[in-house]
Amino acid sequence: MNFTYSEEQQMLADTVTRWAEAEPSSQGMFSEERWTRLAELGLLGLNVSEEYGGLGSSPVETLIVMQAFGRALFSDPFMPTAVVAASLLATAGSATQRSELLPRIVAGSLRLALATLEPGGRFDLADIGTTAVRKADSYTLQGRKAVVLHGDSAQLLVVSARTSGAQRDADGVTLFLIDARAPGVTLKVFPTIDGQRAAEISLADVYVPAAAVLGDIGSGYLPLEWALDKGIAALCAEAVGAMEKLMELTTEHLRTRKQFGQPIGKFQALQHRVADMQIAIEQARSMALMAAAMVDHPQRVERRKALSAAKAMIGRSGNFVGQQAVQLHGGMGMTAELTVGDYFKRLTCIDKTWGNTEHHVELYGDLL
Amino acid sequence: MDLRESPDTLKFRAEAAAFVAARLPADIRAKVLGFLRVEREDYVRWQRILYEQGWGAPGWPREHGGTGWDARQRTIFDEECFIAGAPRQMPFGLSMVGPVLQAFGTEQQKSRFLPRILTMEDWWCQGYSEPGAGSDLASLTTRAERRDDVYIVNGQKTWTSFAQWANWIFCLVRTRTTGKPQEGISFLLIDMTTPGVRVKPIRTLDQGADVNEVFLDDVSVPVSNLVGEENRGWTIAKFLLGHERTNIAGIGMCKRLLHRLKDVARSETKHGKPLIEDTRFRDRIVKVEIDVRSHEWSLMRVISLEQAGKPVGAEASILKIRGSEIQQEIAELLMECAGPYALPYLPQALDAHFAGETAGGASLNGLAAQYLDLRKVSIYGGTNEVQKNLIARAVLGL
Repeated sequence: MNFTYSEEQQMLADTVTRWAEAEPSSQGMFSEERWTRLAELGLLGLNVSEEYGGLGSSPVETLIVMQAFGRALFSDPFMPTAVVAASLLATAGSATQRSELLPRIVAGSLRLALATLEPGGRFDLADIGTTAVRKADSYTLQGRKAVVLHGDSAQLLVVSARTSGAQRDADGVTLFLIDARAPGVTLKVFPTIDGQRAAEISLADVYVPAAAVLGDIGSGYLPLEWALDKGIAALCAEAVGAMEKLMELTTEHLRTRKQFGQPIGKFQALQHRVADMQIAIEQARSMALMAAAMVDHPQRVERRKALSAAKAMIGRSGNFVGQQAVQLHGGMGMTAELTVGDYFKRLTCIDKTWGNTEHHVELYGDLL
Repeated sequence: MDLRESPDTLKFRAEAAAFVAARLPADIRAKVLGFLRVEREDYVRWQRILYEQGWGAPGWPREHGGTGWDARQRTIFDEECFIAGAPRQMPFGLSMVGPVLQAFGTEQQKSRFLPRILTMEDWWCQGYSEPGAGSDLASLTTRAERRDDVYIVNGQKTWTSFAQWANWIFCLVRTRTTGKPQEGISFLLIDMTTPGVRVKPIRTLDQGADVNEVFLDDVSVPVSNLVGEENRGWTIAKFLLGHERTNIAGIGMCKRLLHRLKDVARSETKHGKPLIEDTRFRDRIVKVEIDVRSHEWSLMRVISLEQAGKPVGAEASILKIRGSEIQQEIAELLMECAGPYALPYLPQALDAHFAGETAGGASLNGLAAQYLDLRKVSIYGGTNEVQKNLIARAVLGL
């Protein structure tokens, strides 16, 4: 095992970090220009094999890029499209789907969103009440989808629907690729805590051709679970980047802000808080690396435990570091003027994306 | 960056595990895993077995009879030993005075002491802390005055682990009272059979007495037992702090305790079901297991730093803090597994020869001792608060 970046990895880290930090903030809104630049840099092809014009990189490269994005508070549909959907299409997609869609992801002309959660189902990917009923060579979908991140800017939705089984069965979940503007698809778009966009989607008699089925009928759960694990690994890396940056902002404040005639960083109570934050960050960093190491592990149980462990730890660490950064900035930490609050809010959102700490502790416990 | 465990590493782990499984005496294993008292003779017996295999000193270079293993191999070996229930290899000779002698000792000191550390013919203990010098070690006052070819040593050491079993003690002593406190300290080896050395046990929370006060009254120590130069002992003390810093993580102990926790939680019941199936308790096990996994990866990262020849500073403090907190948390959970049987505690039942009865059975009786004893890990080796000062200094640079 070796934790030192190779020359190429170091170059990727430097390039993406510099570029992302120089990019103007998009205030959480989707930016078409920025998406084009992501494509030009080749980053949208990280998780697409060379066969389809991508780079076919390892999870370490995704970790490097996401960490840089985390530092720069870079909120884009990158993770859902270029990490989760790209991975999902590569494993579950038909030859036609792969050759039609993957090159478009790489080129920056296709974005996908994951419509995989439902109201009342919390983070459970099997708690699916949306139905897909087959009629000859097509399906009709009926149901509601919850908190579809970046649903507003996606052309295609990955929708999980039930083709058999009971509400919370993993078996019987089928994945569909649905045009976000198809008749019967209605999006209500809401801002998230950190200013990104998520959609509540209703599906009313949505007609889908059988060719839009992604993967095998009734067997969508496992490939979806794995693809979302790829997303979790990416989020963990993003969180580490955000925490690193937050720590830099906080220590700078403690060195320069003076009270009682000295920098407030001289006070031991605050020093110990900083130490606690540093410990939390290092634990999170270890777990982000473990997530990258384990996300392609051939044994599902080993992979799942590792990814849930990582996400649970990231949630805990991210919440702690975010909260303490606000605390150590005093009143200024509460204002919208400083970026500290933006990082805090982003970390808060990361905990609640693809399963919060409680959810992943539960999943881990089920496999104990 | 390559996040895969190499085939060589996996092979090494399998070899280490197979060796420990085959050679660890069953009676010793039962004591260790049952949280019973491990006797001097048990430690020595296991050390001799390792020595015969050529594994007596995992951290030493080959020229001194060590294995020449790298840091990753050493932690793997340590982990496998801990998980299998081997007694820990006593650090005082192998990880403390041994490396000091290798780095600072005379040829005569090396040839005299190193082989006897490997075979454990000598049992070493550490004379650092004093009643007035804990975290502030440089304020120590035990005096060593040179008279011809001997030092006359007077003073008191405390918190000396296993001094009751030791025949040698390495001490930091004051050889100069002027100037900076750090610049008047020397590193001295003292034969504990010398007249004037007196060991007095300190009874601890678990009612055991493995730590001691060591009184030194007009103890005559040959000058040839000075290690390095006079008044340069602080340099040696700092060298020791920087040596094998990854040991401080206690990953082997964390894993052993975690295994034990899951075992006990499977055998104890609540509402007629195994305790491990109780959601409330299960969540707490999961949380600490996640902590252990993160701790393990942090340790691997620090080892990788060491192997790349980069300095290890605040990282080791983080390992110390997390390792100690995890051990304490698991020990607490283990005791909670016993429910009301956490209450009765019979110290004499920690002796493997105890033939009497305990209220909740021998295995539950040991849980309290473990819990009480492990409160020490956040105190020794630099309290966790001192470690936090070090981390903050590294991060803030103030």
